[in-house]
Amino acid sequence: MIRFENLHKSYITGSNKLHVLKGINLEIKEGELISIMGSSGSGKSTLLNITGILDNYDEGSYYLDNMLISNMSEKKAAMLRNKYIGFVFQSFNLISFKNALENVALPLYYQKVSRKKRNLIAMEYLEKMGLKEWAHHMPNELSGGQKQRVAIARSLITRPKVILADEPTGALDTSTSYEVMEIFKEINQSGITVIIVTHEDDIAHRTNKIIRLRDGLIESINGELVNPEFVETEISEHV
Amino acid sequence: MSKLKLVNMFDIDKWQEIFNTIKKNKLRTFLTGFSVAWGIFMLIILLGSGNGLQNGVEYQFRDDATNSIWLYPGTTSKSYKGLQANRRIKFTNQDFDNLPHKITAIKDMTARFYIPGKVNVSYKNDYGAFSVRCVHPAHQVIENTHIIEGRYINEKDLNEFRKVAVIGKNVKEGLYKDENPIGKYIRINNIEFKVVGVFTDSGGEEEMRNIYLPISTAQKIFNGQNRINQIMLIPKTENVEETKAMAQKIKKYMAKKHKFDVTDDNAIFIRNNLEEYQNVMMMFLGIDIFIWVIGIGTIIAGIVGVSNIMMIVVKERTKEIGIRKALGASPSSIMGLVILESVAITSFSGYIGMVLGVGLMELVSSLAGNSVFFRNPQASIGIAVAATILLVFSGIVAGLFPARRAAKIRPIVALRDE
Ligand SMILES: Nc1ncnc2c1ncn2[C@@H]1O[C@H](COP(=O)(O)OP(=O)(O)OP(=O)(O)O)[C@@H](O)[C@H]1O
Ligand SMILES: [Mg+2]
Repeated sequence: MIRFENLHKSYITGSNKLHVLKGINLEIKEGELISIMGSSGSGKSTLLNITGILDNYDEGSYYLDNMLISNMSEKKAAMLRNKYIGFVFQSFNLISFKNALENVALPLYYQKVSRKKRNLIAMEYLEKMGLKEWAHHMPNELSGGQKQRVAIARSLITRPKVILADEPTGALDTSTSYEVMEIFKEINQSGITVIIVTHEDDIAHRTNKIIRLRDGLIESINGELVNPEFVETEISEHV
Repeated sequence: MSKLKLVNMFDIDKWQEIFNTIKKNKLRTFLTGFSVAWGIFMLIILLGSGNGLQNGVEYQFRDDATNSIWLYPGTTSKSYKGLQANRRIKFTNQDFDNLPHKITAIKDMTARFYIPGKVNVSYKNDYGAFSVRCVHPAHQVIENTHIIEGRYINEKDLNEFRKVAVIGKNVKEGLYKDENPIGKYIRINNIEFKVVGVFTDSGGEEEMRNIYLPISTAQKIFNGQNRINQIMLIPKTENVEETKAMAQKIKKYMAKKHKFDVTDDNAIFIRNNLEEYQNVMMMFLGIDIFIWVIGIGTIIAGIVGVSNIMMIVVKERTKEIGIRKALGASPSSIMGLVILESVAITSFSGYIGMVLGVGLMELVSSLAGNSVFFRNPQASIGIAVAATILLVFSGIVAGLFPARRAAKIRPIVALRDE
């Protein structure tokens, strides 16, 4: 489903160049439930953003569903995001002046689904999240867990192939976090690939595969070190 | 590159979003809208006033045929062929009779003769201060006189020296009250004339205090001999240059006839109404251009205001726009959203300004509508349509830069700042 080959990414701020991803090689199969861990600044979000076609990369290649993703127009990127990917963010990113139902329905608006139909579908998804009664509430009337469930419903409404979640439980308490993880598990069981970036070990352990990033490279997968020599040569090549 | 998607004007979601942002920023939207409303209001007031002034002046011209040429005798200011300066020129019937033979392009022509001294007009025991003009039949066309009862002076009256009179509506009201004046006698300097017609004149109340007499009769009765005070004519052409040439030709002929220097501007006076009309219209064109320049300037200020506000709106909505893009919004759909909002604000407030402006003009029109210099100062439907197009266009222009900025927002950047 997702394949990175020798992926490099640098950020240029002023005259400084920050090499964030230094050659990522990774394959994620359809239907996997994966967590990405690593210390702050190790490039987790960067990798996730590239996966979500929100950001571009400098070197290497990225295949999504066997399609090479590189240098595409904004319009094409938007279309692919809408079709393939669902996003869940730490800070929920709901639109404040839209109620839960409208927030969930929004991605379908960009697929030109009629208002009536998309509200109907959105209600279905809210119901799945146990939020039917909250459909007409504004985001600021919802708890953190409820907001995140609305966001998850929104990410699912287009029936994406991949769900990308950047610290989805970062703003939630433990029990709510576990509830959300249960939802992700269910989603995954329906065949959708789920990638979760997290800091928390207990969250990561609820996924099937843990990928650890360190200093712009994959350090280990499920605790197994990825060839340490390979790591070292890569570093010396790109200094 | 990025096509504007304005097609879906009636998309409820877009309007709902626009309404939401406006609701969230009431004061700011109001202030922006106000600047546009004020611009349109001023434009309407200026254009309306310009129109009012123009209508007023055009109305004054309506009194007479606009392409007439009037000749008055004067006093020479230059000596000529042994003749002294300061010699009075006198027009006679001969001039009137000969002119059409020399100047063939004359369509209609009349002379005017004024009874010398004070004129007393009465019917039975009623007197009134009315003026008398002794004319040819063509005077009716040249002065735009409308007969409402009876008839005007005709050739037969002139040939037979009939003692007939055509009186203005105000003369009738002054002397005859409810009586029918036709067939009655009117006494002018103690001579009785039979009233054969009553007229109105668009030139105003004063014009309708006139009495017209056949010139031949009047010259005979009031000891005018063959003297005439004024010649008025309408050329066959309505081309200004041709009428100017004709006026020059007339002057040349008269100079020869009355023995004065053609370059003498005081010997006779020629008033070419078409030329003057043209000049006034040119002046109004100038005023119109001036008004449009000011008006457009005001509107541009409004556009810049709206554009600035939209810029701030876009900046404030950066995060929201980022979310939308992450969810699949294309750059063009974001642009459409911003531009539609800009058009909505501009058009709505523009219309308010327009309605207020037109309302004020209507009010002024109903209060001062009949004054001579300021008539029917309304802005026309044409202007309203033009203003609508202008408003929508302005909205698009104002929204363009903010929309492009919105379209360029990168979702990662938008989603990061917290
Ligand atoms: N748009 C950007 N411009 C410049 N530098 C950036 C940008 N985005 C990220 N960085 C930098 O790149 C590095 C990796 O950032 P990234 O967000 O991927 O880290 P992360 O692993 O998600 O960390 P965290 O756990 O704190 O979220 C950091 O040093 C960050 O400051
Ligand atoms: Mg991060």
